[in-house]
Amino acid sequence: MEIINLEGTEDTPKILLNKPNGIFEISGRSLPEDTAEFYKPVLEWLERYTADPNPETPFVFKLEYFNTASSKLILDVLSKLERIKGTTISWYHHEDDEDMEEAGSEFSELVEVEFEFKTY
Amino acid sequence: MKYVYDLHTILLQRNLILVYEGEFTQEITKAVLSMAERNMESMGEESNIKRKVFNVMVECLQNICKHADEYDPDAQVTNKAIFMIGKQEEEYVITTGNPILKQKVDSLHSKLEQINSLDKEGLKALYKDIIKNGDLSEKGGAGLGFVDMARKSGQKLEFDFQPMTDQWSFFSLKTTIPRTGVE
Repeated sequence: MEIINLEGTEDTPKILLNKPNGIFEISGRSLPEDTAEFYKPVLEWLERYTADPNPETPFVFKLEYFNTASSKLILDVLSKLERIKGTTISWYHHEDDEDMEEAGSEFSELVEVEFEFKTY
Repeated sequence: MKYVYDLHTILLQRNLILVYEGEFTQEITKAVLSMAERNMESMGEESNIKRKVFNVMVECLQNICKHADEYDPDAQVTNKAIFMIGKQEEEYVITTGNPILKQKVDSLHSKLEQINSLDKEGLKALYKDIIKNGDLSEKGGAGLGFVDMARKSGQKLEFDFQPMTDQWSFFSLKTTIPRTGVE
């Protein structure tokens, strides 16, 4: 499977989806102008990955900030991950960022995936 | 030329640290955000306050961007909008103003009233309901912006509609973010 490796910008997150190395990460800031368009390749990649996933899929969210339009797409990403056996989510938040911690805990209530909460 | 001094005085009196008037695009949004961020940084603002202010600014600015295209060039109303951020001793005040079609006033009014009627738990429930059941609008909005602004600020949203023409009203929205860590 091809590797997705997008560098982060001031309004889009860094995205790394690397099946051979087992690295799956979305990090940084997410406030793109067209959120659906931005996340489309990610959702399509996950759809293909679902057909033949690794035994374990440790997925890292290390977001500094995301807007409300992105939150909808993050839930779409999580809903895809929900269907992949062996998925665990590592939800990072800055140690004094309670809002980001709460956002993660709300996502964890909306999908049936194991969440681990970590600080950075 | 007195208007220059008048404007200057008003901006100082209201402690406005940034005012932008004009058309809103994603590029402008990024520029405004980075100016406000730098400003807060240089004033040594606490990081959790900075994040909340940033958060509310993004939703405000992107709201205006997304709705600017409703503008009809024949309507004799400018599609220019205003964005302001003020810093007081106790709080940041983020204000926006933009023209909206009069037919949208009622639904916007009741949506904001509904948000203001809810407490912290109510807002959380509304947020989860919309994110779970709502779809992105054709403009790419999740319908969560105002709810999020109310949650992040922990304050009621203040708003006002001023008639402009037969078809248009001017929608003003004010969000206050306490600087004292009050929830």
